[in-house]
Amino acid sequence: MILPIDLILLFFLVIIAIAAVTVKDILAAVILTGAYSFVMANVWLQMGSSDVAFTEAAIGAGVSTALMVAAISRTTRWEK
Amino acid sequence: MMEWLAQHVLEKYNFWIAMTIILIGLYAAMAKGNLLKKLIGLSIFQTAMFLWFISLGDVGRDVMVTWGLKGGTPPIIWEKAVEEGYTYVNPLPNVLMLTGIVVSAATTAVALAIVIRIYQKYGTIEEDEILERELQEEVRYASG
Repeated sequence: MILPIDLILLFFLVIIAIAAVTVKDILAAVILTGAYSFVMANVWLQMGSSDVAFTEAAIGAGVSTALMVAAISRTTRWEK
Repeated sequence: MMEWLAQHVLEKYNFWIAMTIILIGLYAAMAKGNLLKKLIGLSIFQTAMFLWFISLGDVGRDVMVTWGLKGGTPPIIWEKAVEEGYTYVNPLPNVLMLTGIVVSAATTAVALAIVIRIYQKYGTIEEDEILERELQEEVRYASG
């Protein structure tokens, strides 16, 4: 674990989580969730749990985002 | 006092940040009206909980302070690890959270299928509009 990298990544994590929750465009929120998963994978990689990191990068940032985009294409994009 | 603060707050900053993100996800899951937004909040909640568990297994954090060792490496066999002063990260939380990530993807898929079905029936995914329509149908049913 390298302390400055850890702190910077965790700071980004909080910022992206707040942005994903507050934005009104659901498609933007989904893409921000993908970015959140990617930053989370980096956090786990520098913590030494590399297996969890690449599972998260594949499933959290890949499959979940694709499923959410497919769900948006069948429902509405804008939050009221 | 300052020692207590350093030991329980600053040193465990990972837990504090995980709890902050958990609260952000819980807020989205409870207060947002849009069903897809609720799901995004739920997945943020899950991932933050995984972060908390992985931080528990990251033994390097306390070991560095107490015994002056160099902290955790990934749990892969490396003969020189002990003589060079490294320790292994605890692999048990890693495998548990590996299972958790797969389960979270499956539950997200099922929840999205239910959201699509709700949209087909009600024409909206806003929670208050769905409840309003339910109420109207109930009133119509009660008045014959």
